[in-house]
Amino acid sequence: MSYSKFSYFLSLIAFSTLFGCDTNETLLLSEKSIIYCSEGAPESFNPQLVTSGTTIDATSNQLYNRLIEFDPNDNSIIPAIAKSWHVTRDGKMVTFYLRKDVNFHQTAYFIPTRALNADDVLFSFNRMLDPVNEYHEVSGGKYPFFQNAQLDDLIESVEKINDHTVRFKLSQPDSSFLANIGGNSAVILSKEYSEHLIELNAMQEIDMFPIGTGPFKFKQYSSGAFIRFEPHSKYWQEQSQLKQLVYDITPRDTGRLTKLLAGECDVIAYPIAHEKIKQHPGLALESVTSFNVGYFGFNTTKPPFDNPLVRKAISYAINKQAILETVYTGQADIANGLIPNSSWAYDDTIESQEYSISKAQSLLAQAGYPDGFVMDLWAMPVQRAYNPDAVTMAKLIQADLQKISIKVDIVSDYEWSTFLRKISEGEHQSVLLGWSADHPDPDNFFSTLLSCVSSVTGSNRTFWCNQDFDQLIQSALQTDNINSRKALYSKALKLINEEVPLIPIAHSKRYQARANSVNGKLLRSIGGIDFNGVTKN
Amino acid sequence: MFIFTLRRFNLFFFTMLLLTILSFSLSFLFPGEQLVNLTGQINATPEQLAVLANEYQHQAGFITQYFNYVSHLFHGDMGYSMASHLPVATEIFNRLPATIELTSVALLVAMFVGIPIGFFAAIYHRKTPDNIILGVAMIGYSVPVFWLGILAILVFSIQLGWLPSAGQISLLFEIEHVTGLQLIDILLSDSPYKWQAFIDATRHLILPVIVVALAPATIFMRLARTAMLEVLETHYIKAAKAKGLTFWQIIYRHAMRNAFIKVIRDVGLQFANLVTIAMVTEVIFSWPGIGRWLIESIYQRDYTAIQGGLIVLSTFIFIVHIIIDFVYAALNPLAREPRHGA
Repeated sequence: MSYSKFSYFLSLIAFSTLFGCDTNETLLLSEKSIIYCSEGAPESFNPQLVTSGTTIDATSNQLYNRLIEFDPNDNSIIPAIAKSWHVTRDGKMVTFYLRKDVNFHQTAYFIPTRALNADDVLFSFNRMLDPVNEYHEVSGGKYPFFQNAQLDDLIESVEKINDHTVRFKLSQPDSSFLANIGGNSAVILSKEYSEHLIELNAMQEIDMFPIGTGPFKFKQYSSGAFIRFEPHSKYWQEQSQLKQLVYDITPRDTGRLTKLLAGECDVIAYPIAHEKIKQHPGLALESVTSFNVGYFGFNTTKPPFDNPLVRKAISYAINKQAILETVYTGQADIANGLIPNSSWAYDDTIESQEYSISKAQSLLAQAGYPDGFVMDLWAMPVQRAYNPDAVTMAKLIQADLQKISIKVDIVSDYEWSTFLRKISEGEHQSVLLGWSADHPDPDNFFSTLLSCVSSVTGSNRTFWCNQDFDQLIQSALQTDNINSRKALYSKALKLINEEVPLIPIAHSKRYQARANSVNGKLLRSIGGIDFNGVTKN
Repeated sequence: MFIFTLRRFNLFFFTMLLLTILSFSLSFLFPGEQLVNLTGQINATPEQLAVLANEYQHQAGFITQYFNYVSHLFHGDMGYSMASHLPVATEIFNRLPATIELTSVALLVAMFVGIPIGFFAAIYHRKTPDNIILGVAMIGYSVPVFWLGILAILVFSIQLGWLPSAGQISLLFEIEHVTGLQLIDILLSDSPYKWQAFIDATRHLILPVIVVALAPATIFMRLARTAMLEVLETHYIKAAKAKGLTFWQIIYRHAMRNAFIKVIRDVGLQFANLVTIAMVTEVIFSWPGIGRWLIESIYQRDYTAIQGGLIVLSTFIFIVHIIIDFVYAALNPLAREPRHGA
């Protein structure tokens, strides 16, 4: 290359970089796009089918909308696709009035001809509820969130009143119904797209090439490598300012950190080296306490745990701080009560349980076990955010209780489903379990974990049934006044602390790191990450 | 020249013969069913297996089976990857260009840096520059490549934040796969962000290329130094000196060109070494090339992919080797035909 040609080449590069920033049109692509380094590949592009956090992060808030959603600040219910709704006095009929200006994504594989209407809502719910729906069995026919929340039993039918009104008939009143409808998995799919796929005889593509109404539309997925989204230009809310949103799937945590530091990612999931990120001037670390709780529960129907004094004694002997540091590596909050501090029902007057061996010993003597006893402790065999390592936690508890002469046998060799079945049959004396809330209503913790009903049919593995407690949480469901609900839940929390059917241990935190150039709220305590309204400068 | 070409093709033929025999016998040596190892159809039903057995003449003798295997290879059929269930040929076709890009740029960098420095060292033979260059070359040659790669990422990506640490190009740029060679594809594309993409791809290339090029560059330094020293000892240099040419005239006009030819002869050999280094580097820099894919296949016990990758990678190295031989022959009449010289 001669000198003149070379200098021409150089000036071309200089021109394109320097003058490129002049107008918005030619701004550097990286300045108007966000790369998010996620921790894993989604299992599907339809959150109806999967409840794993990775899948929810990649789909729920980006590709879809729900009838109603949660306010990111205080987790109250706000309108989304449904502009308003009405619950009948007996609580058995819920009517949603839909917006008329909600458009589906237009992509290379589907061009919608109409806006969202009641048919789409019916299709989305009937796919899950109706076993004879032609899409029910596509992708396996399992809808874990709906089936776990027993919505298939609760919802008797979904009816179309007119093009923009749908009515849900319930088998019984349920105050958490709305919160469930706002959950991550209750997304609205396109009926027109489903018909289009039937014509093409490619029904399974509905969950691989998604069409939704969310702020971003699907562009490309390279299996296990990256997902490319584009903004939805006809989004019914404010359209995203981004040019592209890319999920760079980086399973190794060191890889994500490196990419963040090298500027290859703007946001990374589950960062390591928190101190390093905090010290870096261009980066920010944020965290949100998830709506979950890891707990140590007692089978209150089996001696010696039928005696509240024994349970209380043990609660004095558990060193929660040590567990937090070892099992959660500090990435959690100590649980003072059943609900995390991001819930509106959190009561900050309830203090953390004191750690005192002497108090534990005296209570144990008072209960008639001065020389201790032998107990079993069932540790869940899987990793969950609320308990990343139950076996280690069990070993720490074993050492703690050794100090008050209680010998602990750890049971952990069952496979997860067997484990769940055996503890639901009450074979355990005590168990390490946890709970991740499906929706932000505090009732999701109280009723699910400790009510009398759930001790029979649900997930109350302590089998604790206290009439006063049940009275409190029932009254809390019957009123709409948030202050009186809060007061009732506060009493319920105090009752749990006195009776100790379970010892709440920790609420795990979700961390995220981002470059300072990324603005906007990303993390939510429930429902994962949300890039809607996120900008870059 | 004809005999030279014939010789090379002869060599190529026998090497390929040995290579395919090795690859074919691997399917017997790997654990599991030989037919499954060869085709990669791990989920095949007994009926499908019967069809495959017929297709690969599984019942016949080894020789027939081998020729059948080779004919499949010639048709571009290397079976299916056990891990991804995609055809191995497709997987390789998608990844080989990235490796070609990395290794060829690294080879050029190693030559353009290593050879002049080697000449320089020879000119200052036994003086301070020579000693320094030899010392640096020794260190560069001895540094383990994985350590160097991680160190480069630590310094230039993490501490300084200058250069990207992973991949071939930022995921933001959508470049159509035409030739597979990223830089060329970018220039061919009609993306409005062409120049941004080009700069970005170049930035991605810098660290891996330096890491891959370092060890070969030090070898070229030493080769070039030795070659130059030999040339400087020859009679025609002495004759040139006697004619009264200045020292730099001798170096430019006579010594450099003749020394260069001697170095070129070894470039082909060094290329195999360079590809080995590139495989490790691809893993460190998440470079989407065939080396990383092959190492992943080993982890995943993807036997079909290992066999296919082995053949293609060896063939690639061998072809480059032969091309460099031809270049050498084109530059050096002595190598082409014996009648040109002593």
